[in-house]
Amino acid sequence: MAEIRVENLRKAFGDFIAVKDQSFTIPDGSFFCLLGPSGCGKTTTLRMIAGLELPTSGRILLGGEDVAFKRASERDIAFVFQLFALYPHMNVRRNIGFPLVCQNVPWAEIKTRVEETAKLLRIDHLLDKSVSGLAGGDRQRVALGRAIVRRPLAFLMDEPLGTLDTEFRDLMCEELRHLHDRIKATTVYVTHDQLEAMSMADHIAIMNSGRVEQLGTPQEIYDRPATMFVADFVGSPSMNLIPVGDRLAKGAKTLAVSGASIAIPEMREDAPAEEIVLGARPEHIRFDDASAYRGEVFGTEYLGTMQIVTVKVPQGRVKVKVPASLHVKSGEQVGLTFLGDRLSLFDKGSGRVIRSALHDAQASGGM
Amino acid sequence: MSQALTTAHSVVAPTPLARRIAATIVILYALVSMIPLAWILMTGFKTPPDSIAYPPKLVFQPSLEGYCNLFTTRTRQTADYIQSLGPPQTICDEITRKRDMVIAGPSNYAPRFWNSLIIAFGSTFFAVSLGVLSAYAFSRFRIPLADDLLFFILSTRMMPPIAVAIPIYLMYRKLGLSDTALGMILLYTAVNVSLAVWLLKGFIDEIPREYEEAAMIDGYTRLHAFFKVVLPQAATGIAATAIFCLIFAWNEYAFAVLLTSGEAQTAPPFIPTIIGEGGMDWPAVGAGTTLFLIPLLVFTVLLRKHLLRGITFGAVRK
Repeated sequence: MAEIRVENLRKAFGDFIAVKDQSFTIPDGSFFCLLGPSGCGKTTTLRMIAGLELPTSGRILLGGEDVAFKRASERDIAFVFQLFALYPHMNVRRNIGFPLVCQNVPWAEIKTRVEETAKLLRIDHLLDKSVSGLAGGDRQRVALGRAIVRRPLAFLMDEPLGTLDTEFRDLMCEELRHLHDRIKATTVYVTHDQLEAMSMADHIAIMNSGRVEQLGTPQEIYDRPATMFVADFVGSPSMNLIPVGDRLAKGAKTLAVSGASIAIPEMREDAPAEEIVLGARPEHIRFDDASAYRGEVFGTEYLGTMQIVTVKVPQGRVKVKVPASLHVKSGEQVGLTFLGDRLSLFDKGSGRVIRSALHDAQASGGM
Repeated sequence: MSQALTTAHSVVAPTPLARRIAATIVILYALVSMIPLAWILMTGFKTPPDSIAYPPKLVFQPSLEGYCNLFTTRTRQTADYIQSLGPPQTICDEITRKRDMVIAGPSNYAPRFWNSLIIAFGSTFFAVSLGVLSAYAFSRFRIPLADDLLFFILSTRMMPPIAVAIPIYLMYRKLGLSDTALGMILLYTAVNVSLAVWLLKGFIDEIPREYEEAAMIDGYTRLHAFFKVVLPQAATGIAATAIFCLIFAWNEYAFAVLLTSGEAQTAPPFIPTIIGEGGMDWPAVGAGTTLFLIPLLVFTVLLRKHLLRGITFGAVRK
């Protein structure tokens, strides 16, 4: 097992720059997710770590050794493909054993290691089946088996659950995480599905147009998004981003919006002169008739225990997550209050978050 | 209500009547197509007089004379001489002697047939090998001017190969390739390789890159990955391509007439030159043609498992 360090990694395809001089470190033994919309450079980054794509410039350190320009076969990493890439002309046993055959492992040892791996993944009863007859989840397990059997320095996975149906995906998510907890292998997992990333990862890097926008634990990314992109991308429904005109200086504790005063975490830096944006998660907004910040109910989405209420406010639309038992009607006038200590403020120009008391909590070890 | 259900029919499945008509047409067409084949097969087992009888004899006394004549050369002898020879050794001896002749030696059919085998299978092997390597390169690598190169390769088939017969004839004479098996293999390989590249590129394009990438990550070199992962999956395409190449090389006549006359002559130009007494020896020609069909038949039957999927050009994948 090894730590993976990426330094100033860049990849250009002609004029298009897929990955823009990015650096990050994946700690030894952690489950690391690269999360982002399609075309953000996450798969390219993963393929460069794997050696399937050569970087334009930069370094990739695998356990301290620079492998950026080495062949994939010389890197000792395993890769799980989205479409599994199980060799159709081999049965399950030969698929799993294929990497060992290459390393000239003695036949008897291949047999025992393949069987151990199969048992770990609970596919030992399928060993002599053809891979073409397997169900999606079992194919996935065979692909994982082929990766695990080598005991590589790191596992790389490119949306491995993308083709499974939802029900199965949840199950595989759980299994993958359990598997990771057992074998403690450094894992880099690429996905565009935030639920997968949030539920499995120790650390998530959110990528957008070739850049890592934020790197942190799932909680950090959810509670303290570093950019408006992250705020918008993570969470369902995503964070409400309300443009506000007020000018804020360091030390400010309230924000004036449409005549109402809203409590915010104490500002730790001056807001830039340009427009700022208030970020509030739907579950951090409450209905309160006493509030001066008012709007009109536009519609509701029923989610079982909770409901999402869309409220028209002077700045646009705000989504509020409230218990389903609360009775609201379209067209009704409501007042909104915000949980003051959970709000984020962004500089609209750069998209970056403005430092506030919210980030003190991070420094002092989380909330 | 129940009436409506029983008369209801699918809008996509053909009705039984349509099915029957279609089957009848197909069977009739198949029978008509097989008449020449049956003719050849029958001629091979006729005696020379029966073979040119008019009206043609559909029912006749089968004879092996055609096959005997195909493999032997014979000389006419006096009845006394034949009497003095003692009992005939083989069935061919017997047939020949009835015509007042004795077997003088083997004919050229066997060596010509052997030439055909060497040249057709040799050129097919090279065309498919080169084809699969180039197709892989075109399919997987960024090749400068790839589209133009592919078009150039295709364009070599835009005229009948025989159009360049004269320059090739002159070139071969200068190079000493005239009437050599090597020359014919090179020529047929050159003609077939474009077909092979185009056909195989289609098949290889359909094999996801992930397979090789997985193999390379598993520790194999690209060449290893190609042999262990790509080739087995391209088997269908390779089989189909090999059969197309073999059919061309096996049946090719024009170049064979022009460039081979002795040592390296193939069976197609040889068969029509089988001359019997007083004209063409049609039973021997029929026999030679019948035997000539066998290798292709065997090859196709051996590969038929791959072929059925292959000729649909990978359309049934997944």
